[in-house]
Amino acid sequence: MPDDPGPRPAISLHGLTREFRGRGTPLWALDGVSLEVAPGEIFGIVGRSGAGKSTLLRCVNLLERPDSGRVTVLGQEITSLDEAALRGARRGIGMVFQHFNLLSARTVAGNIAFPLEIAGVPKAEREARVAELLPLVGLEERRDYYPAQLSGGQKQRVGIARALASRPRILLCDEATSALDPETTEEILSLIRSIRDRLDLTVLLITHEMAVVKAICDRVAVMEAGRVIEEGRVFDVFTRPAHATTRRFVSEVIGHVVPPGTVARLPDANPGEERRLLQVLFAGPSSTRAVVSEASRRYGLDLNIVSGRIDAIGAEPYGLMALAAYGPPAAIAEATAWMRALGLDVTEIGEDPA
Amino acid sequence: MIPWLPPALTDLLIEAAWQTLLMTFGGAVVAIALGLPLALLLHTTAPGGLAPNGWVNRPIGLLVNAIRSTPFIILMVAIVPFTRLVAGTSIGTTAALVPLSLAATAFIVRLFENALREVDRGVIEAARAMGATRTQIMTRVLVPEALPGIIAAITVTLVGLVGYSAMAGAIGGGGLGDLGIRFGYQRFMPEVMATVVLILIIFVQGLQSLGDLLVRRFSRR
Repeated sequence: MPDDPGPRPAISLHGLTREFRGRGTPLWALDGVSLEVAPGEIFGIVGRSGAGKSTLLRCVNLLERPDSGRVTVLGQEITSLDEAALRGARRGIGMVFQHFNLLSARTVAGNIAFPLEIAGVPKAEREARVAELLPLVGLEERRDYYPAQLSGGQKQRVGIARALASRPRILLCDEATSALDPETTEEILSLIRSIRDRLDLTVLLITHEMAVVKAICDRVAVMEAGRVIEEGRVFDVFTRPAHATTRRFVSEVIGHVVPPGTVARLPDANPGEERRLLQVLFAGPSSTRAVVSEASRRYGLDLNIVSGRIDAIGAEPYGLMALAAYGPPAAIAEATAWMRALGLDVTEIGEDPA
Repeated sequence: MIPWLPPALTDLLIEAAWQTLLMTFGGAVVAIALGLPLALLLHTTAPGGLAPNGWVNRPIGLLVNAIRSTPFIILMVAIVPFTRLVAGTSIGTTAALVPLSLAATAFIVRLFENALREVDRGVIEAARAMGATRTQIMTRVLVPEALPGIIAAITVTLVGLVGYSAMAGAIGGGGLGDLGIRFGYQRFMPEVMATVVLILIIFVQGLQSLGDLLVRRFSRR
């Protein structure tokens, strides 16, 4: 075959628009959004509230119908289905909610069995499925409890088990951890990752927390004002954010490179020399080389490490460092070029980083 | 049987108590049977509901309000032709059941609607996401989730019916209220009036306690 088109996307959104009419002024909740989610990946959509991410997620199972555009899930164009076929398609798409949305009048087992009941699955089969799902989410002991008797994390486990009951291939997570404390958030996230691995699911999640994206997503899209402003592998987006909004999001997790107030305390440059602030990103093989001392020796610069951190996203380590370089302008420029040639990402940052 | 009343009156009292029971529970049964589907219809066709439809919602809402705003004593007389059509007669306990059912239905519809509105919208969204039909959402989500509110609404309606049934005497419906008026008031027998009131208090108290018990039993929040 000449060119392999690659695996068919699990979810493909094409040119989605959705307008909300406020008082007079139309508001674009979705302003031409196209996205593809590959099978088996955990794809995150981040954005502030009102960015349109919740509307976008609801377009995947048509809880919200886009004004225009196509939604294709597992090769089936959802947007062209009639009501009955759409209900069938929805059974193949599990959904987990921020506020759990459990039936308060049903027990844990009753809630998990609910989607099966709706689908007309016989009782014995339903019970067998519930018995399979309870240990998967670690709730064997809570089978006959009512939601009001459970903690937030336990409720979300029920929500996840319920979403998995009809063996969907796709899982949609609507701010699934936003109502939980940090420890429980971590628990739920690792549960989502482990079920993805075990059940070979494709997960599309929305969140306003970059930490969630960093913890479990493979790829991420950043939304603002109804548009996707940036999209890519989580590692790339985190280490090299292109858009200002993305940088703000990323800095929540990565932290500011130069702590505020640091620059003011730096010594001034000698006469005839200059002081430049450089941000250096190490990612990949060069992260092991002694770059700072080598640059200092080669170009006769004084390099002062202002801040630095080493972290990993997924299994990929990276380092981010801020250097104050002292020396003749030409030497600083040469050193910068040399570091770039090594594959490091060097950007000059202003003396007064916002 | 009741020491402070002549035996003949005791018999009358027992008969009247039966009539009150019949009118209260009979009216409630009809009100629930008609009121719940109507409330579901109003709830689903309301703006923002599962199937918004003003052409269905507004006329029903208007009719319900019209019945609710007519004083019961006037309603009873005003619908006499309808009563005759349904019950075959316009006087007696059976005839009284017609206006009682109608008034109670209009009353309970709004209470049921409130109970349904209390159901978390997120739960309905979850059911939609699972591929539930509208009917499934109504019967398996809305009604079970609203059950405590529905029971409370039935209790309030039953108590209201006890009060309304006292007016049924105007069209020969009998009942305890009628007995109290005819003997206690018109024949100057305060002991009859006191007995009637005492029985009604015990009856209403019992209904309320039972209702509260059931609400607690079905409340899982």
